[in-house]
Amino acid sequence: MNPYIANTKIEVDEMLQCIGVKTIDDLFLDIKPNQRPKSFNIPPGESEQEVVAYINRLANKNRSDLILFIGGGYYDHYIPAAVGSLISRGEFYTAYTPYQPECSQGTLQALYEFQSAICTLTEMEVANASLYDGGTALYEAVMMAIRITGRRRIIMDGGVSPIYRTILKSYTSNLDIEFQETPVVHGQSDRQQITKLLNENTAAVILQNPNFFGAIDDHTDIIEQAHKFGILVIESVYPISLGLLKTPGEMGADIVTGEGQSLGLPLNFGGPYLGFMTTRKKFIRKMPGRIVGQTVDIHGRRSFVNTLQAREQHIRREKATSNICTNVSLCAIQACIYMSLLGKQGLKRLAQLNLDKAEYAKQVLSHVKGVEIKRSSPTFNEFTAYLSKDANAVVEAMINRGFAAGFPLGRYYKGMEQYMIVAVTEKRTKEEIDRFAESLEEVLKEM
Amino acid sequence: MEIEEHYLYTKEHEWVYIEDNIATIGITDYAQEALGDITFIELPEVDNEVEQFEHFCSVESVKAASDIFAPMSGKVIEVNADLESGPGLINKSCYEKGWIAKIEISDQDETSNLMTHQEYQKYLESLE
Amino acid sequence: MELIFEKSIPGRRGFQIPVCDVNVQGDIPPRYKRTHDNELPEVSEVDVVRHFTRLSQMNFSVDTNFYPLGSCTMKYNPKFTEVLAKNPQFADLHPLLPQLRNGEKLTQGALQVLYEVEQILCEIAGMDQFTMQPLAGAHGELTGVMMMAAYHRDKGNKKKYIIVPDAAHGTNPATAAIAGYATIAIPPDENGLLDITKLKEKLNDEVAGVMMTNPDTLGIFNSHIDEIAGLVHRVDGLMYYDGANLNAILGRCRPGDIGFDIMHINTHKTFTTPHGGGGPGAGPVGVKKKLVKFLPISRVEKRSDGTFYLNYDYPDSIGYVASLYGNFALILRAYAYILLLGKEGLLETSNHAVLNANYVMHRLKNHYLLHYDRTCMHECVFSATQQAERGVHAIDIAKFLIDRGMHPPTVYFPLTVKEAIMIEPTETESKQTLDQFIELLIEADQLSKTQPDIFKDLPKTTPVARPDEVKAATDLNTNFFVNTAKLTRPQKNSSASITHHV
Repeated sequence: MNPYIANTKIEVDEMLQCIGVKTIDDLFLDIKPNQRPKSFNIPPGESEQEVVAYINRLANKNRSDLILFIGGGYYDHYIPAAVGSLISRGEFYTAYTPYQPECSQGTLQALYEFQSAICTLTEMEVANASLYDGGTALYEAVMMAIRITGRRRIIMDGGVSPIYRTILKSYTSNLDIEFQETPVVHGQSDRQQITKLLNENTAAVILQNPNFFGAIDDHTDIIEQAHKFGILVIESVYPISLGLLKTPGEMGADIVTGEGQSLGLPLNFGGPYLGFMTTRKKFIRKMPGRIVGQTVDIHGRRSFVNTLQAREQHIRREKATSNICTNVSLCAIQACIYMSLLGKQGLKRLAQLNLDKAEYAKQVLSHVKGVEIKRSSPTFNEFTAYLSKDANAVVEAMINRGFAAGFPLGRYYKGMEQYMIVAVTEKRTKEEIDRFAESLEEVLKEM
Repeated sequence: MEIEEHYLYTKEHEWVYIEDNIATIGITDYAQEALGDITFIELPEVDNEVEQFEHFCSVESVKAASDIFAPMSGKVIEVNADLESGPGLINKSCYEKGWIAKIEISDQDETSNLMTHQEYQKYLESLE
Repeated sequence: MELIFEKSIPGRRGFQIPVCDVNVQGDIPPRYKRTHDNELPEVSEVDVVRHFTRLSQMNFSVDTNFYPLGSCTMKYNPKFTEVLAKNPQFADLHPLLPQLRNGEKLTQGALQVLYEVEQILCEIAGMDQFTMQPLAGAHGELTGVMMMAAYHRDKGNKKKYIIVPDAAHGTNPATAAIAGYATIAIPPDENGLLDITKLKEKLNDEVAGVMMTNPDTLGIFNSHIDEIAGLVHRVDGLMYYDGANLNAILGRCRPGDIGFDIMHINTHKTFTTPHGGGGPGAGPVGVKKKLVKFLPISRVEKRSDGTFYLNYDYPDSIGYVASLYGNFALILRAYAYILLLGKEGLLETSNHAVLNANYVMHRLKNHYLLHYDRTCMHECVFSATQQAERGVHAIDIAKFLIDRGMHPPTVYFPLTVKEAIMIEPTETESKQTLDQFIELLIEADQLSKTQPDIFKDLPKTTPVARPDEVKAATDLNTNFFVNTAKLTRPQKNSSASITHHV
């Protein structure tokens, strides 16, 4: 018997007797003989020790030792030990969706605090309790804008992550939604193009800050223009950068989404991550996902509950704002713990440190022969480097020297085969940055 | 279950009270009880033209959401603004203070598609 | 309890940011900077640790309480999978590495996990291919229905409807609607199963497919599934299997063998990845051959030399459904669990899940109304209508259980059963725990006869009593920093008059 089954042979017999059947097989008579498995070739079970050894052997085949200068929306930030320790409490991770508020106040309050923290980061009024990841959160934002405006045309800035843009297209292929993409000029949003495309049939403009090339922007002017046509503006943001950067709330954005992985979540080869969404309070009923609200119990004590559930699938069914059932509660709580540890000053300092190191890396790399750093627009902790050789080949060669040097842009942008984006987080030391530049110089020379 | 005598009813539990060519519209006692404490109502827009039995606004309670269908065709001329700040009025007084909207009726003959209070009473019994 | 923000003392810090080791101070033009500071709390590490530890203690969880939440499969979550997932060789692996040239070499272990788990899920479910991309069960459904749409588009079929049983999870109709289909709901027949006569009436050339669970939401296995699949396939409809209840039939029946074309698996149910207080989950989707070409990209494939890579070259694919390769750390946990159980263990899992559910059902059926008195699978559904007549509703019984330290079953679901109490004990619970639970429910029934008034004040033993949900929805407060009470209703085209916040 596997270790997760408690009942002994004697107890099983007692239970069968109570039910009034002879064997467990008798409980499966509804499954007719012709409905039984045609095959079930699963290997025999193994002990915990054996499985651990096998999985760790597979883990050994991964190169997690590389020094990461690769970002592209997913960043190598340091995670304080307290985050991992608190989030490993079984009371958090083995609970279910807080349907019964009296015995779920821990999850509920933590999610309320998460919502509040994300609101102050983005300077928006209301947040949901999280969505799957940054890409799917952006898709949900688009659907929300379509619901609010009743329009079906979307303008998308070329600086929005190409991964997210691909997701949006696959999701909407069965729906009648028109996408217009605008190019990036000098690293930033193309104001002329976007303004030209604005009209009364447009539901939303999607922007990203910092954009995929790392450039930062102030979108206030675009947002003002869009609002003249009743168009909503969706901003996709990188939360760590908001320790420093102008917030989407201050710019006037209507819906804000982002990937929260950088807020204390490991890279995890792609997931689980943390999608978040904030908006203005007047749109709260059009927002998808769970929302936790504060109230009082029958004795007047502060309590938290899932609220505005009438938007959700288990009540509205086919008329729901989304088919989303769960969110990523645990990841949201993890991010909340991280943000609490960093605090007001910590987040600011962390953002500044990222900026300082990236600026240093830019300086050092600009002295490398065969590297040109684009300086047309300011950046945060990621920037675009032009190489004298094919970026794919350069990045591949750098692996042998222990670096994931960056993300080559040719994969998603035609004509940019000699560009890569380089990310520099607080984890990169001066020594690593210097060595990175030296190695890059050598690699370019050898090619 | 309370039913008003001079009102007409729909199968979706809306009521309508007709005075000249103005129809006042709300939801019935049965509907408000089924929904429970109503927490929000999305009122129709004044001047909107509505068709009989078309979706016209929606109400939410803590654990339910319900669409409300126009009992008659016509133009919305007034909505009950008190419901915005106090949607619970529908629970307290569904046939009077909790009215939802007034419509200028475009086709009086449509009343033939509605139930009298006796018919509605029977209809409710059939649902049990 | 106080909020973390209310514990904030200016100048306190919970984490030390390293001193900058480069002699550059980055600066950006003021117009790109935020004008107001963020308002995150200023607290010490001890403050944070105590705050969140105390919060955690305010939860019921599988680690601390019996949690027989019907349809949610709250079985025990083994600890070794947690340790495996935290191995830095997986946890610190950057997801864009395999997208570099020859980058798959850097992530062979992770790709092998994805590949092998796909193989094993195909064998468990009787499907031909799986994708690990969908990030939750509902997300898997959406992926499945998008593939359904792609299939019909490819064949030039004009389809408009998806048929969903009344008792289905709310995600089914919501998913169908989001993927662009209208839903047709079919009520259950007198045995609680999908009504085949009604199905025949509604089936026509415009039906894209049927979404079902089996066993269904009432915990009953539908033996007529072959007939249903035959009818649906005759109009070139597709059979979608909602894997929510797959844990009941592991090793006993495979969706792929009984007529299903597409399915998702909730790893957090069947393969016991932790629920996390409501996610993250994972929702792998499996398909039969005729749908393989529509699977999302990327797909993990094996070369003849035994190495693994990501293949994006599938022109008929529905594209990306998630940013990367799915919730890898959860897929990894599920795989380790499957390896540990093996063939026998998987069978034991469904055997004991079904045994435990039938035991609870038999011991309670003289106390609570059982609409369908027949063998159940992994869960059983009672109705508290008798107790409700005495003024004690399903919700009151739920609160009674909370007061006594057990998490209640699912109540008021499925919607087709009045005062529903849906119990899923799972295989990991012992007879002693089940007996305690049964005794409590019998006591609740007794109390409903003798002291029905005591229920309204329950629970009393929890940090808070029943919260005022009406107040929560009317005086909305969802953000500590903004008084969100008294929302104005959204106005059409109101975006033109948006005022700047802050």
